[in-house]
Amino acid sequence: MPTTLVFVEHQDGQIKRSSQELLQIATQNNQKTLAVAFGSHAKSLASACAQNGAQEVHLVCDSKLDHYNSELYLAAMSVIVEKTSPQFILASSSSVGRDLFPRLAAKTGAGIVSDAIALTFEGSNLKAKKPLYAGKCFATAEFKNCSSQIVLMRANQIPLTTVAAGAGQLVEHSLPATDLKTIVQEIVKGSSKKMDLTEANIVISGGRGLKEASNFKLLHDLADVLGATVGASRAVVDAGWVSHDMQVGQTGKTVAPTLYIAVGVSGAIQHLAGMSGSKVIVAINNDANAPIFQKATYGIVGDLFEVLPKLTEEFRKVLGK
Amino acid sequence: MKIFVCLKQVPDTEAKIKFKPDGSGLDPSGIKWVMNPYDEFAVEEAIKFRELNPGSQIFVISVGPKERVVESIRTALAMGADEGLLVIGPDNLDAYSTAKALAEAIKKESGAQVIFTGKLSIDTNQASVSQMLGEFLNIPHATVVSKFQSSGDSANVERDIEGGAKEKIQLKTPCVIAANKGLNLPRYASLPGIMKAKKKIIKEYDLAALGVSDLDRKVSYVQFTLPAEKPPVKLLQGDSSAQVSELIHLLRDEAKAL
Repeated sequence: MPTTLVFVEHQDGQIKRSSQELLQIATQNNQKTLAVAFGSHAKSLASACAQNGAQEVHLVCDSKLDHYNSELYLAAMSVIVEKTSPQFILASSSSVGRDLFPRLAAKTGAGIVSDAIALTFEGSNLKAKKPLYAGKCFATAEFKNCSSQIVLMRANQIPLTTVAAGAGQLVEHSLPATDLKTIVQEIVKGSSKKMDLTEANIVISGGRGLKEASNFKLLHDLADVLGATVGASRAVVDAGWVSHDMQVGQTGKTVAPTLYIAVGVSGAIQHLAGMSGSKVIVAINNDANAPIFQKATYGIVGDLFEVLPKLTEEFRKVLGK
Repeated sequence: MKIFVCLKQVPDTEAKIKFKPDGSGLDPSGIKWVMNPYDEFAVEEAIKFRELNPGSQIFVISVGPKERVVESIRTALAMGADEGLLVIGPDNLDAYSTAKALAEAIKKESGAQVIFTGKLSIDTNQASVSQMLGEFLNIPHATVVSKFQSSGDSANVERDIEGGAKEKIQLKTPCVIAANKGLNLPRYASLPGIMKAKKKIIKEYDLAALGVSDLDRKVSYVQFTLPAEKPPVKLLQGDSSAQVSELIHLLRDEAKAL
């Protein structure tokens, strides 16, 4: 049985949904699933890891790992990879995953594919489907000449289910002494407590049709009711209405939520590339010829200033909020 | 001091993607190639860093087919970089081979104080070469950087992390800095800059001379497909109240998206 190591990200004592998906994917594909978690509270995640199929839970319970530091995480991960020699390593295509694992790949002679949306396990080989050119096409990545095969998956790719629980045997490791060249001095929290765009299940994006920055409030009102994250088109980011971390598209974030609502976004090819993997797309625009309608599941041709408040109000009633 | 900028040439974001008839890869006909947008921030930051450190030199390096990649190197030289390095290679080299080639070439040029790259290239979205380069050169890296300052033997940077948060970190130099949008506003090449760039040196390396072989390729792409055609949009009729209730009904009962 091939061994798959899953890097588990957690927040406020909970395994992130994206990591739960990875544990379940490995377990459903008959892998010997090993979970890895870092930080002083990592031990409290052990039973949740086991419930999602982990046979072993490898921990480095060190407060130095409570926040991400590229060198310390690399050192800790290297120890575990060396001791467990996994064929496959799965992690989220998250801020931490994307920073850490390419360096681990270079260090250990592994291959790495990021941003994957589907996996196929074929014996000792893993194949990963991923979008290229921000979703204008797809291709399957294959590995060769690798010590291990690392795939970073996007969030929200599979529905969560119940899998056969694993033994969840605890294995603790200590953090090796590291001569640090990188020091994290401060984390400045973002203004929003919402989920990151790339992880959100519902995204509501605004474009130039909103006319001015302050009208983004209409989107935030709807987002609060739906538990959604607010995104934006490049045009309004470049105009300085909102920050770049909200940009959806080829030079921003690629998103694939269950529901994407585009409000006053005309749908430039770069924007469409960044969101067309969304499962259901709603477009609200006063121009019936806007390209966004070519990608939309449902369209409302109308005045967003009239439609949005009604939509927010109706959802509030229906969802009882 | 020596400053390096690594750049990649990618299809323009406006480009329509087509495949070769056998589905084995991108059909390059009709594609306009440009410098990867994030690499423009890297070039600009290198120029600003040189302004603060008179006497420094900026080397811009890229890996890929000579005929086209040389154009993006010239663009960077026209923006203000001093010298170009072209590693001649195929158009689909993977991240590991690319990072190894870049690292070996930089070593042959006797190293760098700071290496700037883009945070990712918009073709494969891999976001891997910068970190691998740091590993191969045994120097620290910082990715998704939106603020950079350096003096003495250290650099202070801000990284954009999830949810709009920022991480302030200090790294020892030499280091690799992968630029995000927001780091600066890249300048356009001026006409005198373009004229000067024509006379600047572009040195060439081939992969074999850098010790990179086919055995270094770890990832290849196969089975290229276009996204599935979407059924036509369902436009909702009536006044805004009717449209809104119809939409909520469809999202709940038809699409089951809520």
